[in-house]
Amino acid sequence: MSKMHVKMTVNGKPVEGLAEPRTLLIHFLREDLNLTGPHIGCDTSHCGACTVDLDGKSVKSCTVFVAQANGAEVTTIEGIANPDGTLHALQEAFREHHGLQCGFCTPGMITRAHRLLQENPNPTEAEIRMGISGNLCRCTGYQNIVKSITAAAEQLASMKEAAE
Amino acid sequence: MIPGAFDYHRPSTVAEAVTLLADAGEDGRVLAGGHSLIPMMKLRMATPETLIDLRHIDELRGIDENGGTITIGAMTTQAEMIASGLLADVCPILRETALQIADPQIRNLGTIGGNVANGDPGNDLPALMQALDAAYVIAGKSGSREVAARDFYEAAYFTALQDGEVLTAIRIATPPAGHGWAYEKQKRKIGDYATAAAAVLLTMSGGKCASASIALTNVGDTPLFAEAAGAALAGTDLGADAVNAAVAAAEAIAEPAEDGRGPVDFRIKVAGQMVRRGIARAASRAS
Repeated sequence: MSKMHVKMTVNGKPVEGLAEPRTLLIHFLREDLNLTGPHIGCDTSHCGACTVDLDGKSVKSCTVFVAQANGAEVTTIEGIANPDGTLHALQEAFREHHGLQCGFCTPGMITRAHRLLQENPNPTEAEIRMGISGNLCRCTGYQNIVKSITAAAEQLASMKEAAE
Repeated sequence: MIPGAFDYHRPSTVAEAVTLLADAGEDGRVLAGGHSLIPMMKLRMATPETLIDLRHIDELRGIDENGGTITIGAMTTQAEMIASGLLADVCPILRETALQIADPQIRNLGTIGGNVANGDPGNDLPALMQALDAAYVIAGKSGSREVAARDFYEAAYFTALQDGEVLTAIRIATPPAGHGWAYEKQKRKIGDYATAAAAVLLTMSGGKCASASIALTNVGDTPLFAEAAGAALAGTDLGADAVNAAVAAAEAIAEPAEDGRGPVDFRIKVAGQMVRRGIARAASRAS
């Protein structure tokens, strides 16, 4: 089956490649672009480890064909840190509040939380739990993940206030 | 899991999509959000040779209300349904139900059209569409036709949609102001299909139930419009006898399969319980 020419913007940079339409976005990111931050967990759209932003919305990249993402803007965990290389407030908060143990779910968890805080900068605990309900963590019991996202929301709010 | 190979098309109009689908013949499929079809393709339970991606057809998106009819484009995502202020005002059960589908990431791609047209009895929106007496607008090579949601479902994954046809929109008569509504879903965890679920809509007048409409999710090969359950409530004050009669009428038509969600008798009783809770919550919201 013939390959198609795929172009997209990933973490702000234009990229292109040749891929079969059936290639899953997660495989294109990991194997063609060497962006191995987004993980393949369940490969069945349950676990959320492969979560990326597609045109400003969180999606599970194991259940998106690269053909569907042709022309799109994609953000992965590699695009979350600040431009100067320092960690994003969410990444700092996950470290500070022990929001990870084995770390396998963390790229998807942080990428999802990053989008959640743009949709709802000041979420309640219940809104955070519903917001990350498509991301499974087998280690933490979620408590410290929720704590990390709450802390990051507060940190981002105070940074925004300081900037104004 | 790697799906089989296919040719990919991205039309920008319905007419173009219908032509592509006709040209592809029986090995062509339309692709909406992909969250049913892609998993099936990964398992090689579906092996379409041509995929026609509907996501870039603007005329298939959007929600509006005009002259007492709500029209929702088939490619409107579940997230867009949840975010719609219009739907929250005029038909809030759509939002309540959409919020119980899968998880946020999946609702960002999953569409109303894919959910209702796929014919999966586990999907939540088909029973709701039956309770709302929605109509499905279907385009084919020879033009457009409408099929009532109550007549659309034939068996699991078998619907009135013919080869070469595309669902383009869902039309719903705007429910009267002050109607009561509830979608009650029992599930094992976020993202699971219902053990059983019930959509309940009713109107009250002078302390009596003027009309009621009830449908059930995932307790049969198709969604089940529980006509007798609704009829058992109409004209009553929703007292215990009427509610018990409605619950019994709903349980009488439930034919769930035994699976990880529980044995048959349990799932029938859960369906009854969803109806009971749905009636109570819908009544509390009616005015």
